[in-house]
Amino acid sequence: MYGIGVLKTLSVTFGRFLMTYVDDARWFLKGGFGKRYSPEALPVRQSPGGRGVFTVQYPEEKLPLPENYRSFPFQVIDPETGKSPCTACGICAQACPPQCIWVVRATDPETGKSKREPAEFYIDVSVCMSCGFCAEFCPFDAIKMDHDYEIATYKRGDGEYLWGLERLSKPLAHHAAIHPTAYAAEQAEK
Amino acid sequence: MSEETKPTAEILSTLEEHFPGAAQPAEYEGLVVAPDRLVDVAAFLRDEMGYAYLSCVTGVDYPEPTAQFPARFETVYHLFRSHGGPLTLHVHADRDEPSVPSLVSVWPSANVHERETWDLMGIRFEDHPDLRRILLWEGYEGHPLRKDFHEVYYEADHKPFSSRHPDGQPVQAEERAPLGRNLRYPPDWSEGGDLNPPEGWEPQAEVAIYDPLEERTGGNGRPMPTEQIVLNFGPQHPSTHGVLRMVARLDGETVQELEPVLGYLHRCHEKIGERNVWLANMPFTDRLDYICSMSNNFGYAVAAEKLMGVKPPERAEYIRVIMAELTRILNHMVVVGFFTNDIGVYLTGMLYGLEERELILDLFEMASGSRMMCNYFRFGGVARDLPEEFLPMAKELVYERLPRRVEEMDRFLFNEIFEVRGKGVSVLPAETAVAYGCTGPLLRASGVPYDVRRAEPYSVYDEFDWDVAVAYNGDVYDRFVVRFEEMRQSLRILRQALERLPDGPIQEGKSRHNVKMPEGEAYGRVEAPKGELGFYLVSDGGRNPYRYRVRSPSFTNLGVLGEMCRGHLVADVVAILASIDITLGEVDR
Repeated sequence: MYGIGVLKTLSVTFGRFLMTYVDDARWFLKGGFGKRYSPEALPVRQSPGGRGVFTVQYPEEKLPLPENYRSFPFQVIDPETGKSPCTACGICAQACPPQCIWVVRATDPETGKSKREPAEFYIDVSVCMSCGFCAEFCPFDAIKMDHDYEIATYKRGDGEYLWGLERLSKPLAHHAAIHPTAYAAEQAEK
Repeated sequence: MSEETKPTAEILSTLEEHFPGAAQPAEYEGLVVAPDRLVDVAAFLRDEMGYAYLSCVTGVDYPEPTAQFPARFETVYHLFRSHGGPLTLHVHADRDEPSVPSLVSVWPSANVHERETWDLMGIRFEDHPDLRRILLWEGYEGHPLRKDFHEVYYEADHKPFSSRHPDGQPVQAEERAPLGRNLRYPPDWSEGGDLNPPEGWEPQAEVAIYDPLEERTGGNGRPMPTEQIVLNFGPQHPSTHGVLRMVARLDGETVQELEPVLGYLHRCHEKIGERNVWLANMPFTDRLDYICSMSNNFGYAVAAEKLMGVKPPERAEYIRVIMAELTRILNHMVVVGFFTNDIGVYLTGMLYGLEERELILDLFEMASGSRMMCNYFRFGGVARDLPEEFLPMAKELVYERLPRRVEEMDRFLFNEIFEVRGKGVSVLPAETAVAYGCTGPLLRASGVPYDVRRAEPYSVYDEFDWDVAVAYNGDVYDRFVVRFEEMRQSLRILRQALERLPDGPIQEGKSRHNVKMPEGEAYGRVEAPKGELGFYLVSDGGRNPYRYRVRSPSFTNLGVLGEMCRGHLVADVVAILASIDITLGEVDR
């Protein structure tokens, strides 16, 4: 009969509408009003098992990031030496597809010979395409991909996005915290 | 390689019988055809040898003589029949005044490709019906893909740039050459230094679009002539799925002639690709069809591996197939959603589609680290193994959620309103679809069961049990019937792949950032959700591609848009465009 198809369509939208409230009610029954948006509920309601429409209230709430998530690179600083294991070999600068990494090799002021460490290290994150090649091909595990994605600023240019060593350096503990599996594997290899 | 060269040798001997002296073996692959016999040879190949489908036309610039041939321009044609690999034709053209006969009369699909080759490479195609620039604008100076062309902010011919290490200077390109000084203006513009056009200047690009349209439509043949009007859709229009512009000549509400105007998102992906080292193109392919980055990675990896002669380990192949089929479901869900938006359901259907897409993107993020710009494939494998939490979620999606959601979307879309809007609208006969080089759901909805996964199986697709989705009416309605069937078939493949996913290494050898390719050429193609995605690579044995060409399905499918819209209402144009399924990142490259 003409019109049955439209009714079927409307049943889909109505089902979705209802399910949202059914799901809210289920979480309400589990633990009161606050339960609906609790950290416990968030990952479940945004997973394949979630039902109905559900919104994560960013920036008040954030979904947990998977370990492999990559935003922008950072330099790992070893707490024992206070330095990065970087030897200024330049592989990251060669592998970088948009060529946004600049590495200057340090020279020893006394002998005048080049040292195996960077004097300067810049990444232009406004050009960086977050591909992760620098971290992937670094032979010294000196560069890793961060989880921090909130880097918006009010200015562009003026070096705001040209990050030097100071801005890029983060402690090893940070790497261990955001990449637990990869860190454990690296330690086991050593 | 050997099974591919054999048919070429057979074809060469057949051609020698019919056209003595017209063809000879090419340097790497395929045949070199004499330009004056090209049209006859092409017609013979189409009619007698079954090469009905011209996939890709492109040009290669050889400013220096190579081992066998002198300095030249080359046009390269990739032909396919219903089964098997490509037949590659090369035609040589003079380096100073390059000109080659056009093949539009044999394969209409050559139209857009030849225009692109003229635009970017500057090879003139004789007897082409409408040889204008297609991605750049009329009045642009130079042809960017020529080896002697230097783009804005040019630094060096090849990456990596030496200014980065060991004494790198963090100077941004904009600081080196501020805007205004890096562009070349026509001489009479800069009078007075204000860079404004002289008085009475008429934009040539507009004239070049409107005049041929008017010529082609002519009068409407009625005793009382009615005035036709020109209507511009876009480039900023919600129904064009990006920055596409369509110029239509209307008689009343009926479209007399319509032409897509491309290039608003053009960034000369291929020139960037020829500057990059081989692997560095991988993240750039993500940005072609940004909805399905995994299948773009797949296409580039398949082409490069053909060139290298590497085969990834089995686990990597299975992971690739899982990613590619998830991408297909993701894409079709989004397309169906966008289509409902275009025919007036507004955002409801779109958000239903996006909901499933988000969950699939969660999987991609787990495995690759990024939701859209995955950059997950490497030559001879994938970037990293699947994390622990991947398989449980993938299984829940594939076994539980997606089958239900596909059926729900089916109930949501296929109703009487859609029947009225879709059935009998823009019927594309099978012959036209093949002649225009259409691929993907657009072709299969016209009753041609051609799927690269079946016709020229790559990766491990020959190990799975699945059917090619096909429908026979060739209208807007059937294109979505095909897409739903493809989603079901993808789920079928996914179930088998997840069950049989073997253990083992995920990378053949070691993945290196500056890999050297052996000398040669390769055309690798995959069945992307939108159609056949091909990569044509030429290597001179170095660390950078000598020629890097993307044959994108959206671009070629758009070539038939004018044909499909003729005689339909303006309101249908929106539905027709949505049913082709284009991504402008891939169209304009």
